[in-house]
Amino acid sequence: MHGISRRGLLKTGAAAGVLGLTGMPLRAQTRGGKLTAGLSGANTSDSWDGRTHSDLFMIASAHGTVFDCLTEVAADGSLKGELAESWEASADAKTWTFNLRQGVTFHNGKAFGADDVIESLQMHVAEGAKSAAQPIVAAISEMKKVTDFQVQFTLENGNADFPYLMSDYHLLMFPAGQIEEGIAQGIGTGLYQVQSFDPGVRMVATRFPDHYKGDSVGLFDEVEYIAINDNTARMNALMTGQVDAINRIDFKTEALLRANPALRIQEVTGNQHYTFAMLTDNAPFDDVNVRRALKYGINRQEMVDKILLGHGQVGNDTPIGPASQYYHAEMEQLEYDPDKSKFYLQEAGLDSLNIDISASNAAFEGAVDAAQLFQASAAAGGINLNVVQEPADGYWSNVWLKKPFSAVYWSGRATEDWMFSTAYEAGVPWNDSQWDENDSARFQELLITARAELDSAKRQEQYFEMQQILRDDGGVLVPMFANYVQAVNNRISSPDTVGNLWQMDNARMAERWSVA
Amino acid sequence: MGNVLTIILQRLALGLLTLLIVSIVIFVAVNLLPGNFAEAILGQGATPDAIASIERDLGLDQPLVTRYFQWLGGVLRGDLGTSFAQANFASFSGTTSGATTIAEQIAPRFGNTMFLAMITAAIAVPFSIILGILAALYRNTVFDRATNIFTLTSISSPEFFLAYILILFLAVLNPIFPSLSNIFEGMPFSERVEKSMLPALTLTLVVTAHMMRMTRAAIINLLASPYIEMARLKGLSPMRVIVKHALPNALAPIINVIALNLAYLITGVVVVEVVFVYPGIGQLFVDSVKIRDIPVVQACCLIFATAFILLNLTADIMSILSNPRLRHPK
Repeated sequence: MHGISRRGLLKTGAAAGVLGLTGMPLRAQTRGGKLTAGLSGANTSDSWDGRTHSDLFMIASAHGTVFDCLTEVAADGSLKGELAESWEASADAKTWTFNLRQGVTFHNGKAFGADDVIESLQMHVAEGAKSAAQPIVAAISEMKKVTDFQVQFTLENGNADFPYLMSDYHLLMFPAGQIEEGIAQGIGTGLYQVQSFDPGVRMVATRFPDHYKGDSVGLFDEVEYIAINDNTARMNALMTGQVDAINRIDFKTEALLRANPALRIQEVTGNQHYTFAMLTDNAPFDDVNVRRALKYGINRQEMVDKILLGHGQVGNDTPIGPASQYYHAEMEQLEYDPDKSKFYLQEAGLDSLNIDISASNAAFEGAVDAAQLFQASAAAGGINLNVVQEPADGYWSNVWLKKPFSAVYWSGRATEDWMFSTAYEAGVPWNDSQWDENDSARFQELLITARAELDSAKRQEQYFEMQQILRDDGGVLVPMFANYVQAVNNRISSPDTVGNLWQMDNARMAERWSVA
Repeated sequence: MGNVLTIILQRLALGLLTLLIVSIVIFVAVNLLPGNFAEAILGQGATPDAIASIERDLGLDQPLVTRYFQWLGGVLRGDLGTSFAQANFASFSGTTSGATTIAEQIAPRFGNTMFLAMITAAIAVPFSIILGILAALYRNTVFDRATNIFTLTSISSPEFFLAYILILFLAVLNPIFPSLSNIFEGMPFSERVEKSMLPALTLTLVVTAHMMRMTRAAIINLLASPYIEMARLKGLSPMRVIVKHALPNALAPIINVIALNLAYLITGVVVVEVVFVYPGIGQLFVDSVKIRDIPVVQACCLIFATAFILLNLTADIMSILSNPRLRHPK
């Protein structure tokens, strides 16, 4: 159902299992050597300032290589400590105490401690600062240094996901009192220290000796990330062996990469999803029957096959994807069914429906094609969609959140609460379906209770119910989750489980991969 | 000679005037680009408040005319301004470290582009002149036709297509040169040359036709003149007739064309640099257009325009100097 690549993944998994039984090493753990990666998302305006990071090149360079956060999401999605050793919460999930790792030093020799944590987090709420992680830090009402290696955070409202949020790639730990130098030279506590950094061109870092993470990770002597924003150039560089790994392969030329025996393709389904959002306070989308008619009028599998060329998974109208802890995989899948579309239109008292759908390739690659596929499939159910091709420039300010029905992409969030409170909580600015109490009071209530719930069984129940509500009544169509697809030279070995939170093993290839 | 000096000064003044007009055109055209920096940098997060605050910080809320004169005044003082992206990020923390002025940002990139232009010129100029001479010598033979077809085909193909063809034959099928030209500071000269080879060859293919055909035409044109007939009657070899007698007199138009093509090597490299990931000014230009970083785009345009005007001026002056009739206009 998910295409050859997923089957391929399963097969390799099975083969690995057999190897495991026979006692053969699954992969060589060679120390030394160099990793050269060609990555997109680089800009001449890039800097080491974590507040500005938004694309892969800097996330891989800073978060994945040179800097550390308090916590880290492992490849299997579980949370583990990075600069924090352990943490505990009060019963209402409002007060969090983090015990920091001792004996850690920054690349300039300064010792790491509680002051660094507090100052690094305060950067994000500084006067005039424009940090994407500002809401996370702003939710902390007090940061208290208990000892040199213990910090206590008091939150305005209980949040069971707080340790998860601390793994966010913006929240890098800089040396206190030297934050400016830290930003200028890239001084972190990560496995590798910066040798040279040319914004928008390349980044070279070498292994930091005696690192607290030990000798089992960060096996390269040196890593070099080369900025290659052009798809074809990136592929050429991999094909001619000038780089060992590239992110975001072009699906149209994927067959050529597969035909090359020296390369392998890594594919993971994460939380990145493409949507069509309806403003539910506008007619006719305020009628839940109209929304349901549209849900049955979209052919999800066809979109995965034709828009993502098979590199994805069908969505079920919730933004919670397979990379999430409480992903409701057993929920009944919405299928294309024009008869049900007609039925719900009748329920809404309509014979047919004429609506505009706004799309542009700024929303996601292929959004206009996707809208046209939707137009064709919905027609059978009596819905006449008129595809309005919007200009790419200004799409996010003039179309998204303004036009009643528009195409959108979301890279997804690490936790359910984060995703919901970004785009589904009543009143938040990015709520692109105007989803609020009028649509589902139960949803908004669950959102608040689940946030502070520390019992994970109860939480699961609550998040499953929320996903069910969105699937049945929600104002956002989520037809597909797009895979992260990357290619690696067989010279480099990577673990069997590759992170699916971000591209390139959660951008941590320098830490987790090695020379084969 | 005083006359010549006047002509040169006149031309220079004209060049400056052209540059001024070009600067207006650049400024207006760049500001007419749809979308704006605040929107591009904020992406999905472009709320009206956030846009307004960034625009205020960068002075984008000022009227166009005011901004033009501020910019022009800065340029005249040698200050190309501060890149929006840098200004915006500097305001995050008050950090002013790192390359913050456009001049600092552009200088290394411009150096790289000049390096590529020089390597290309070192290959393309002798190559096309020799081809042109040979084509003139063996005119209307199979060799002449083949050269013409080859060079015209290559000039007519889009640059990215030529680039990919070269990558296919010289990097993928026969790994002679690297397809990635990521040169950086401190790279040894020989490695730099090797890495720049494919973009240089691509540009060579693009500029050869013009220079080669001009050489051929200029020489053939002269071959009908009486003094060439005289040389031939003296019994000189055809090669000697062309190189010693025809070529010196054909130099003016050839130099003209060479200068124009050198200008192209600086201003026309955008696509080639992107394909080969060559960190030159062209790539900076593309990156800046993408994020609507207007000051950098304007500075790049201005540099392109200056290079073009200067090399054109050189071409003009050279042809005036080599032609007495132009030196003493009636």
